[in-house]
Amino acid sequence: MAAVEITDLVRTFGQVVAVAGASWQAEAGRVTTVLGPNGAGKSTTIECLEGLQRPDGGTARVLGADPWRAGPDHRARVGVMFQDGGLPNTAKPLALLRHLAALYAAPRDVEALTRRLGIDSFAGTPLRRLSGGQRQRVGLAAALVGCPDVVFLDEPTAGLDPHARREVWELMREEAERGACVVVTTHSFEETERVADDVVVMGRGRVLATGTVDDVRNGESLEDRYFALTGDLR
Amino acid sequence: MTPSAAPESTARPRAAARPARVFAQGRFETLTLLRNGEQLLVSVVLPAMALVGLTLSPYPALGDVHRIDVTAPGVLALAVASTAFTGQAISTAFDRRYGVLRMYGVSPLGRSGLLMGKLIAVGAVLLVQVLLLGGLALALGWRPQLVGIPAALVAGVLGTTAFLGLGLLIAGTLRAEAVLALANLAWVLFLGLGLLLPVATLPTWAEPLASALPSGALGEAMRGALAHGTWSWGAMGVLLAWSAACWALAGRLFRWAP
Repeated sequence: MAAVEITDLVRTFGQVVAVAGASWQAEAGRVTTVLGPNGAGKSTTIECLEGLQRPDGGTARVLGADPWRAGPDHRARVGVMFQDGGLPNTAKPLALLRHLAALYAAPRDVEALTRRLGIDSFAGTPLRRLSGGQRQRVGLAAALVGCPDVVFLDEPTAGLDPHARREVWELMREEAERGACVVVTTHSFEETERVADDVVVMGRGRVLATGTVDDVRNGESLEDRYFALTGDLR
Repeated sequence: MTPSAAPESTARPRAAARPARVFAQGRFETLTLLRNGEQLLVSVVLPAMALVGLTLSPYPALGDVHRIDVTAPGVLALAVASTAFTGQAISTAFDRRYGVLRMYGVSPLGRSGLLMGKLIAVGAVLLVQVLLLGGLALALGWRPQLVGIPAALVAGVLGTTAFLGLGLLIAGTLRAEAVLALANLAWVLFLGLGLLLPVATLPTWAEPLASALPSGALGEAMRGALAHGTWSWGAMGVLLAWSAACWALAGRLFRWAP
């Protein structure tokens, strides 16, 4: 059984069909990136998997469970990093991460995690005073602090400088190597080619391609293949 | 950046026990509130200034009573509205705007844990307010009716519930900027409409309005209890009705998403 699986997923908002019968899966121990133009239905799909939205049709399964109204022990196994932060503005990174760690029975060592992500240099600065890249790193730490089995990361390296980006990529690989299922929404072909094992390309709420990165590339560059798949969708 | 952040255990991750999660959230929210300078101004400094000013000045006329026996219960009622309504409305609205409510919703804490954490934080801050403002009032010569303390506690709990319900209702339905403006405006109106001074001191046309609002109801119930040692059943009924209406509406209309 795949760690993350959607089958014929449908989600509509009034007349707008955000996800129109999408099916794909992501395996434990692998990094899967979800690519697609804005409005492709990526975020809606991920929110269904996080239990924030209820599908109108089809199914979403994470670790064998329906994420909609799933209990605290299920949520403890799923780490989420939101693109727009989702962290309290007045909090300081170290205090916030220690607080979030207290919500788990066996969290990671917060100090080691903050050193690893370079958060220790701004651990006592309120989040509202941090740069976008620094906030991204705190968001990533928040997603990983519970040592989750499944991690959803929404554009985790957007706005990061090259050093920090490389560090985050290494961390994503390590997460997969310890057995986690890592699902990353991104617009970056480089990120996909460097980090991902598998890739899902979505457009207009449908799945345009899915498989290993090499399968989807099919002998071309990922970028050429992506534009060939999504070219008429904009 | 070399030290490993490897997991401490290979066991399946689990949530901390529910009481531990709720306690952690209550502690975090309490410290956040107590460190917020603007909120401390509204919850302690302004009520303290109102207490001293209204007690030492001869205006407005409060009849043939020891002035502080009327002003101190009113200031405690004002403290309840500041923390349960204004403070929670604004902080919850901005937490919603920045996606913090959504983040806690997908964490092991969950929505009910977040709500319980807020209740703990409101209770803890109210305790600090009662100690500081009550202590100041006692120093100024306040002699509360000890027999009225149970009634004051019941009124305080009902008032907290009503004001928190009203605060969460607007925090979960309006834009954060609108909540900021409305919560501050309402705080000033509530202050004038029965919280701080007896409804009987208001112009005749405003009396029924103030009595029907949670501000007048809480103010009258606190003054009844601590100045006269009586249970103000009508005012408590008004608070109960506001609580029921606001929590029922908040349960239906509150939006967690930014």
